[in-house]
Amino acid sequence: MISLTINGKAHELDIDPDTPLLWALRDELQLTGTKLGCGMALCGACTVHMNGSPIRSCSLPISAAAGAKIETIEGINSPAFQAVQQAWRELDVVQCGYCQSGQIMSATALLQTNKNPTDAEIDSAMSSNLCRCATYHRIRGAIHQAADKLGGKA
Amino acid sequence: MNFLKRQTIQAQQNSGSVALSRRTFLQAVGAGGGLLIGSGFLAGSASIAAAQSLATTSATAKDAPVFNAFLKITPDSNVTMVVKHLDMGQGVSTGLTSLVAEELDASWEQMHWEFAPADSSRYNNLFWGPTQGTGGSSSIANSFMQLREAGAAARAMLVAAAAAEWKVPAEEIRVSKGIISHGKHSSSFGALVAKASLLPVPQKPALKDPKDFQLIGKTIPRKDSNEKTSGKAIYTQDIQLPGMLTALVAYPPQIFGKVKKVDAAKAKASPGVVAVVEFPRGVAVVAENFWAAKKARELLKIEWDLSACETRSSDELFKACHEAASKPGISVKNAGDAVATLAKAEQVIDAKYELPYITHAAIEPINCVVKVEKNNCELWFACQMPTIDQQEVAKATGIKPENVKINTLYAGGSFGRRACPSDYVVDAANIARQVPGRAVKMVWTREDEILNGRYRPMAVHHIRGAVSPEGKAVAWQHHAVAQAILRGTPFEGFIQGEVDGTVAEGIEDMHYAIPNLQVHATEIPIKVSTLWWRSVGHSGNAFVVETFIDQLAKAAKKDPVIFRRELLAATPRALGVLNLAAKKSAWGKPLPKGVTRGIAVHKSFGTWVAQVAEVRVKDDGSFKVERVVCAVDCGVAVNPDVIRAQMEGGIGMGLSAALGEAITLKKGVVEQTNFHTYPLLRIDAMPKVEVHIVPSAEMPSGVGEPGLPPIAGAVANALFAATGKPLTKLPLGNKV
Repeated sequence: MISLTINGKAHELDIDPDTPLLWALRDELQLTGTKLGCGMALCGACTVHMNGSPIRSCSLPISAAAGAKIETIEGINSPAFQAVQQAWRELDVVQCGYCQSGQIMSATALLQTNKNPTDAEIDSAMSSNLCRCATYHRIRGAIHQAADKLGGKA
Repeated sequence: MNFLKRQTIQAQQNSGSVALSRRTFLQAVGAGGGLLIGSGFLAGSASIAAAQSLATTSATAKDAPVFNAFLKITPDSNVTMVVKHLDMGQGVSTGLTSLVAEELDASWEQMHWEFAPADSSRYNNLFWGPTQGTGGSSSIANSFMQLREAGAAARAMLVAAAAAEWKVPAEEIRVSKGIISHGKHSSSFGALVAKASLLPVPQKPALKDPKDFQLIGKTIPRKDSNEKTSGKAIYTQDIQLPGMLTALVAYPPQIFGKVKKVDAAKAKASPGVVAVVEFPRGVAVVAENFWAAKKARELLKIEWDLSACETRSSDELFKACHEAASKPGISVKNAGDAVATLAKAEQVIDAKYELPYITHAAIEPINCVVKVEKNNCELWFACQMPTIDQQEVAKATGIKPENVKINTLYAGGSFGRRACPSDYVVDAANIARQVPGRAVKMVWTREDEILNGRYRPMAVHHIRGAVSPEGKAVAWQHHAVAQAILRGTPFEGFIQGEVDGTVAEGIEDMHYAIPNLQVHATEIPIKVSTLWWRSVGHSGNAFVVETFIDQLAKAAKKDPVIFRRELLAATPRALGVLNLAAKKSAWGKPLPKGVTRGIAVHKSFGTWVAQVAEVRVKDDGSFKVERVVCAVDCGVAVNPDVIRAQMEGGIGMGLSAALGEAITLKKGVVEQTNFHTYPLLRIDAMPKVEVHIVPSAEMPSGVGEPGLPPIAGAVANALFAATGKPLTKLPLGNKV
C-alpha cells in the first residue's frame, strides 16, 4: 500500500510498487491529462509536479512517490498555472495538443521559480518537452505573456 | 458541381445507422429534436454515381435519403457542426466549423462540433471520390463550397420560417451573430428550428459575397484550445470504457518478420494478465492495465521467422540507389533536349544527393481501441481513413463493413502515419476478436512505434545542370531513385503510369522555366515499410531542387532571389511569395557578422510557400537557425491564425528532419529505438518565425503540409552562402 497526495486528495494505492507514477495516475485514478510519450523521460509528455517541482512520471516508480504531493494538469491551480493556461488560450498555442499538458506543467514550474524568464531561460527550462507539431515559437510567446500577467516585468 | 436533390434528416448517432425520413425523425424526437441539415453536394461524376448507387441500394423506404448531414441546431440555439475530417492538430475542427458559421451567420460562441461517423456516402472527401478520409492537405479545399452551401441552406430555411411567422418578406430579414431580426421582431435560431426544419431545403442557396465575410479571413479562437489546455481532450490513449483491457504486442525485430514459435507460459501466469493471443504480425499480452501488460510482455519467449526481412545496411542501400541512379530510369518528364545541351555546355554542375528514411514520431504513440462482438464491431481511435479502416477491419474480423462502427477521437499528431493501410488498426482488431465482448486498447510504446514505423522513403538523386554564358539555367537532367510508397498497398490504384508519382513529385512538375528538362524516376525495392510523411515526396525533393537551384545561381554569378525571379517570370503566384519573403526578410540588406540568408520556394498541394532562413555559423562550424521569414499563398485565407500556426509547425518539423532525423538499418534492423537515438527538434533549436499571407481571392488550398518542404533547402542555402560548400545530404547535423 502506497500513500500519496494527488491534487490535494490523499490516496492509498494497492498496486505493484514498480508501477510508474504515470500509470497509477492514468489506469488507477483515470487522470488521463498526463500522457505517455516515450516511457524514458525523454519527451516530457508525462510531466507532473512532485512537491512543487516538475518530474517525468513515466519513469518514476510509484514507490518513489510515497508520501509525496503530486499535482497534475487536472488539479493544479496556482496563479502561475492560471496565467499560463490563459496565455496558451489567448495565443492558441495548441495544435494536436497531446504534449500540451506536459508543456503547461513545465511552464508553470518555470514561472513559479522565475517570474521573468528570458528566451534563453525559457529554452533551457522547456527543452525537456518535445512538441512534434513544433508549437515552440508560440510556447515562448505564451510564457512571456503569462510572465507579464503575473507582474514579473517592471 | 452538382447538388443532389435529396436532403436528409438523420437520427442521432446512437440510434444506429437506420435512416429515418424527416417526418419520422421529428415524430421520434418530438419537440426536443432539432434541425439537422446537409447538402448533398458532391464533386466528380464517380462520387455522384457512388452516392446515387448507395442511395438506391441502401434504401429501405421510398424517401430514404442520401446522407450528407453537416449541421444540427437544437432548440437551445446550439449549432453542432459535423466534422468529416480528422483533427490531428491542423485545426479542421475550427476551420470547417467556421465555413458553416459564416454562411449561417451564427455567432462563433454558439458553434460546436463533433467528428463524423464512418459513412462515405455522406462524409466522403470530395477530392477522393467515394472515400472518406483526411490527407493531402485537402480538408478546407474540398469542403469550402460544400460547407458554405450547408450553412447557407440552413440560414435560408430559418429565414423562411421567420418570414412566415412574422408575415414579412424574407429578403428584408437580417441574420447576424445568431439573431434573426426584422423591425420589431427578433428571434434566436432555436426558437425557429421546429418550423424551419419542415421547410424544403433550398437547392442552390445564395452564398455571401466575400466582402461580407464575418469569420472567413478573420482571426477567431480555435475551438479545441480549452480542452487541450486543461487535460480534458480525449485521445485514443485516454478513452475509458467499461471492462476495457490493455494490450501490448511483442512484434518481430523487423517489420516483415512472423511468429515461428511462442512460449507464453510465464507471461500468462503474470499478475493481471487476461490472455495472450497470437496473430500474424505478433503476439499480444492482454491485461488489466498497461503496466501488467508491459511486464508480462517481457516474459514472452518467441522465435521469429525473419526470412522475408531486409538484410542490408543503410550504406549498402545507398550504394544500390546510386547504382540505379547512374543508369537510365523511367522518363517522367522530357522537355527540350537536356542531354544535347549538357554535352555542349561550357559550365556543367553535378550533384549527388542522399536522403534518409525518416519516421513520423507523433508524440501520441499509435494505439487503437476495438470491441468485437458476434456480428458487429466498434472502434474508438483517431481514424484518418474511415472507409479503408472499416473495410480492412471487416476483412480481418469477418464482420460486414456496415457493422463496423468507428468513433473518431482527436489524434495526438499523425503527420501521415494514421493515414495508412490500416496496419495497426487490423492488429488491434485481430487482438480484440480473440477477446470477444471486451473493449481492448492496443497501445504501442515509443519503441514499438519506431520499430513498426512506415518511413518516408530514403532517396538518391543524381543531377546535372548547365548554365549559359549569359547566366541562364539552360539544362537540367535529373534521376530520382526512391522506394515507392503506394506499391503493394491498398492505395496502389492511385499510381498513375509506370512509377509511383511520389518519387519525383516537385521535380517533374517544377515551376522553374528550364528549357531543357529531363527527369527520370526509378522505384527501388527494399524490404522496409514506407508511407507518406508530412508533404510526402515534396519533403525531400524540395530540398534537392532548391539547393541545386542555388548551385546554378552561384555558377551563373547571380543572387539567388534574382536568379529565381528570372526562372519564375511566368508564374505569378510563385513570384508573389518569393518577392514577399524577400521583402519581409530584407533580402540583400547587410546582416550581423556570422549570419547568412538562404531562400527556398516550393509549391505543394496547391499552395505556394517561400521561406528565408537566417543562420548563424560560429567559428567552430556549429550553427543555429535564428529566424525564418515565411510567405504563403493558399488562396482565400480562411483562418489566418491557423495558417500561421501550420507554417510555424511545418517549419519546425521540417527543420527537425533537416538537422537531425534519420532511420538507419544495420543488417536490415532499424538502429533507432526512442528519442535518444531519433532526436526531434527541441525548443532551443526553434527559430523565431514570421509568417506573411499573400492576399488572394483564389479557391483555398491546404496548409497542413506545404509549410514544410522549403525549410531544409532554405537552411542549406544559408549554409552554402556561408561556406561556399554545397550540402547534398540530409540530415545536415549541427556543424558545417
